[in-house]
Amino acid sequence: MDDSRPIFVQIAELIENDIIAGALPEEAQVPSTNEFAAFHRINPATAGKGVNVLVDDGILYKKRGIGMFVASGARDRLVAKRRDQFQNEFIAPLMVEAEKLGIGEAQLIDMIRKEGTA
Amino acid sequence: MSAVVEVSHLTRRFGDTTAVDDVSFSVQKNTIHGLLGRNGAGKTTLMQLLTGQDFATRGEIRVFGEQPVENSGVLKNVCFIKESQRYPDDFKPRHVFTSAPWFFPNWDAALADRLIADFRLPLNRRIKKLSRGQLSAIGVIVGLASRAPLTFFDEPYLGLDAVARQIFYDRLLEDFGEHPRTVILSTHLIDEVSNLLEHVLVIDEGKLLIDQDAETLRGSATTVVGTRQGVDAFVADREVLHRDGVGGLASVTVGRLTPQDRARATEMGLELSPVSLQQLVVRLTGSSRTSSSQTVLEQSA
Repeated sequence: MDDSRPIFVQIAELIENDIIAGALPEEAQVPSTNEFAAFHRINPATAGKGVNVLVDDGILYKKRGIGMFVASGARDRLVAKRRDQFQNEFIAPLMVEAEKLGIGEAQLIDMIRKEGTA
Repeated sequence: MSAVVEVSHLTRRFGDTTAVDDVSFSVQKNTIHGLLGRNGAGKTTLMQLLTGQDFATRGEIRVFGEQPVENSGVLKNVCFIKESQRYPDDFKPRHVFTSAPWFFPNWDAALADRLIADFRLPLNRRIKKLSRGQLSAIGVIVGLASRAPLTFFDEPYLGLDAVARQIFYDRLLEDFGEHPRTVILSTHLIDEVSNLLEHVLVIDEGKLLIDQDAETLRGSATTVVGTRQGVDAFVADREVLHRDGVGGLASVTVGRLTPQDRARATEMGLELSPVSLQQLVVRLTGSSRTSSSQTVLEQSA
C-alpha cells in the first residue's frame, strides 16, 4: 500500500492475485470489506471500493446477506487479462531496451532460453 | 449520504487573532475525516465550535441539522476527546469509566474493558500520578467505547508509544467496521493515519486549504527529480509547489501529472516519485504563500 496508485486499485489487485494463485478458489467466499480493511489497515470505504471494482468486472458476486464470492470462470478471465498486461508492461519495454542495446532477435531468444533452464 | 456536520462561513476571532477564518465545509455520515494542520492553525478552535464549547463570531454551524450550543439533543451524540482533558483531582481511571455511561447512551463496557487490558491501564491509580501516555489512553478508550455517532479525537495520542498507537488504529478500524459512525481525527502523525482516512481537511492560519477525498489527494502531487536543465524544461509552464536542489540536481514538486506527462518525464530521464499526504501538507502549509499552492491543487483535482 505505498506506491502512487490509488489504494482501492491495489486492493483489487491483491484479491486478483489470490484468485490467480488459487488461494481463493472459484465459488469460495471472499473476506468481508471490514476484514480487508482491518488486515491492510485501511479505511473500510476504500476496501469496499476495491471489492466493488471486482464486482463490476464480474470477478466477484454478492449473495445478499451472506457475503462476497468468487465467480466461476473468474480465474481464466483474470489470467487472460494479465497476459495482455504482460505483453504491454513487460514485453513491449523489453523490446525497446533490447533495441537500444543492439540485442538481436536470435540473441534475445537465446537469453530467454538461458533464463528458462537456469 | 447525508451530512452530519455543516459549516458555512464560520469565523471565530479572539481580539486581533482570527483563529477560524470564513470556513465552509460539510462532513458526511459514517466517514473517518482527518483534520490536519500546523500548531495554532485553528483545529482545536474549530472542534470546540463544532461541539458547542465556544461561540462563533460569524457564520453557521449545523450538527445533526441543529445548533450544537447548549443543545443536549445534539451533544449526547457527540464525543470530544481533547488533547489535555482535565479530571477532578482525586479521580482514578475507574471513576472515569464508571461515569462515562452517564454521558454516552451507546457506551460499551465490554469494549472499554478490552481496551483497558490492551493499553495496560492501571484502574486504581490516581490520575495525577499517571504518565502522559496513560492519560492519553484514557481518552482513546472513552472515545472508542462511547460509540458516539460523532466522535472527535484532538491529538489523542500525546505520549502514547508506537505499540499503543497501533492498537488505537486497529481498534478504531475494527469498531468502525462493526459500528459505523463519523470520526474526526486531528493529528500531526499524518503518515501513520493517512490510509485510515476517507476524507481530508487541511487548515492553515484559520483558513480551509484542502477539503478533499483522500483517494483523490493521493497522487495529486508528484516530485520530479533529475538534472537541473531537465527538470526546468519539464516543469517550465507548471506551477511549482516546492523546489529543492543540490549542485546540478533539482527536485521539484508539481501538481497532478497525466499519463502523457509521466511518459514524457521518463523519456527525458527524470525520476518521478509520489508525494505522501504528510509531505503534501508540509509543502502546502510550510510557507506563508499558501494561496498559490492551493490553486495548483485545485487545478489538478
